[in-house]
Amino acid sequence: MNAEVRPIKTAAETALATSFAAVKRALPGPATVGVLREDAFRRFETEGLPHRRVEEWKYTDLRALMREAKPLAGVPDAAAKARAKAALATLAAVDARSIVFVDGALVPELSDLDGLEAGLTIRSMAQALAAGDGDLLAHLGRLVPTDDVAVALNTAFMGDGALIHVAPGVALAQPIHLVFVNAGSEAASVFARSLVVIEDGARAMLLESHVGCSDASDHQVNAVLELKVGDAAHVDHIKITGEGAGALHVSSLMAAIGAHARFNEFLFTTGGGVVRNQVFVCFGGEGTVAGIRGATLLQGHQHADTTLVAEHAAAECTSREVFKSVLDEHGRSVFQGKIIVRPHAQKTDAKMATHALLLSETAEADNKPELEIFADDVQCGHGATSGALEQELLFYLKARGIPAKEAEALLIQAFVGEAVEGIEHAGLRDALIDRVVAWLKARE
Amino acid sequence: MHLLEIKNLHVEVDGKKILNGLELSVGAGSVHALMGPNGSGKSTLAHVLAGKADYVVTQGEVLLDGEDILALAPEERAAKGLFLAFQYPLEIPGVATMTFLRTALNAQRKQRGEAELSTPEFLKRVREVAGKLGIEQEMLRRGVNVGFSGGEKKRNEILQMALLQPRLCVLDETDSGLDIDALKTVADGVNALRSPARGFIMITHYQRLLNYIVPDVVHVLSRGRIVKTGNKELALDLEATGYVQYQEEMA
Repeated sequence: MNAEVRPIKTAAETALATSFAAVKRALPGPATVGVLREDAFRRFETEGLPHRRVEEWKYTDLRALMREAKPLAGVPDAAAKARAKAALATLAAVDARSIVFVDGALVPELSDLDGLEAGLTIRSMAQALAAGDGDLLAHLGRLVPTDDVAVALNTAFMGDGALIHVAPGVALAQPIHLVFVNAGSEAASVFARSLVVIEDGARAMLLESHVGCSDASDHQVNAVLELKVGDAAHVDHIKITGEGAGALHVSSLMAAIGAHARFNEFLFTTGGGVVRNQVFVCFGGEGTVAGIRGATLLQGHQHADTTLVAEHAAAECTSREVFKSVLDEHGRSVFQGKIIVRPHAQKTDAKMATHALLLSETAEADNKPELEIFADDVQCGHGATSGALEQELLFYLKARGIPAKEAEALLIQAFVGEAVEGIEHAGLRDALIDRVVAWLKARE
Repeated sequence: MHLLEIKNLHVEVDGKKILNGLELSVGAGSVHALMGPNGSGKSTLAHVLAGKADYVVTQGEVLLDGEDILALAPEERAAKGLFLAFQYPLEIPGVATMTFLRTALNAQRKQRGEAELSTPEFLKRVREVAGKLGIEQEMLRRGVNVGFSGGEKKRNEILQMALLQPRLCVLDETDSGLDIDALKTVADGVNALRSPARGFIMITHYQRLLNYIVPDVVHVLSRGRIVKTGNKELALDLEATGYVQYQEEMA
């Protein structure tokens, strides 16, 4: 019964329509891209902003949460770039090749684009769109097709982002770090779109950070990353959502995974006011091993939704999904995880676990695990828990002389650790553990 | 002054009276065994001393080195030298034993205004004690008590005790669930810690443990108070006659 009549548009929907009419001709890309944009926007207009009566958005009523639509972010000025540069210093702990986007636009002078390893290509999405790049258009929106409205909205407005290609068999020694910084002084909308293609047998680590900076406004971010992992490729993608508490952040990952590949996804969320992380992953080749994990730490009135659809479309793939959330004050986490096993995906082994730790009486966790299994020889399971810290364990630690706050921090860190330890790269794993520790310190 | 003085202690749990005017003094350098039937209040006393919530002290005092500790948080009592070896040591997945030991030791030192121990010094101490207790280094890297057998958990308690060097050790049924070899190892660990500056309260059902850790004083607890005090022979008598007579005396 989704086809309800909604004659009245919200202020945000009206603003988006006005904005699209005004900017569509100025957005990058030839006529073919223009058609994509028009189609996508029509899809958005038909559906409107998703709301609680739409099952997939039941717990994150975007129509209610997004009161207004901010104007499209302009080209970052010198002040914004300076603020972004300062914000980057806090990320320096990770040794990676940084590609920096300020208010959605690639800023080469802040990025590490020189001396690319053989087989690695990095380009600006806006430039590739403008040039009507054939390879790009062959992939765009096609890796894991979805009719999701947030993705449609991104396609309509998509601006800049990263277009990355790693040639077959190339193993990148250094992680690539896509850094999206909100740095403009006025709140704006950012529609970032990236496409990363890791060819057969290649190895890559991709880190994606979304941060705000002090003295800047919190933006409305709609980011889409399309990722192709070739046969026998090995890819880790770690996304850090760490914007300011006023930011509205909607992101979608569409990942198509080949055969005998290894794929590890990690979603780490501590920032943003309203966050929706969508992961649509399709295992299209047999024998792949994947881990899809995440940790969310919220306080104040933060709301973070992780919505995962993992589709096993080929036989003998293994996937492990582990999501942990730690909720203080009025923090609210949502986890919707659906595992689909197609009829021919026999010998699928998928296990999904989601656990929430509530540190206050006013925190909330919503867990919605789903299994849709059409094959008859599979092992699939899910488990969901939510609860408070165990008083018995706290007493044990305190009885050994560890003060209450420190004891809590130790247990919380251990709780989150189970998910974080799934990250293979030691440097990245340590960087995330440091962030957990910093979050806990700030709480004391 | 005694190391520990418990005066007229009355304790309730969920409105039910468990300790009923308990009096006990433990001097430095002495080992007291506390025996008694199930439900006599032995474990309650252990938990009240350590400061567990949900135990309501309605009357009485507990003085450690002359200072009333009842108003102190569990971690403050620990820093003042009180140690409870748990009857059922808990498992803490995700917290490595090494991290746990180090956090505990340094937290206590910090509360006492002492400097943190350097990493090499800390490792040296842990290795020394662990070696004596037959605890493998590999176990120290695992989560606290995770995958440990009953005997390993109890040895881990003794390891913590040896490392933290408490003034007063309360051992709550440390012998339960141990086979004879494990019992000997644990007893050796406890005996090694006996010193003129340290006192022990050993809570046990059975006389067996007392063959290996010979007490100076034996008390019988029944219905929340001490009903008989004697020397180590008392434990042997109890083994022969059981607790029935003491329960009847109270009735």
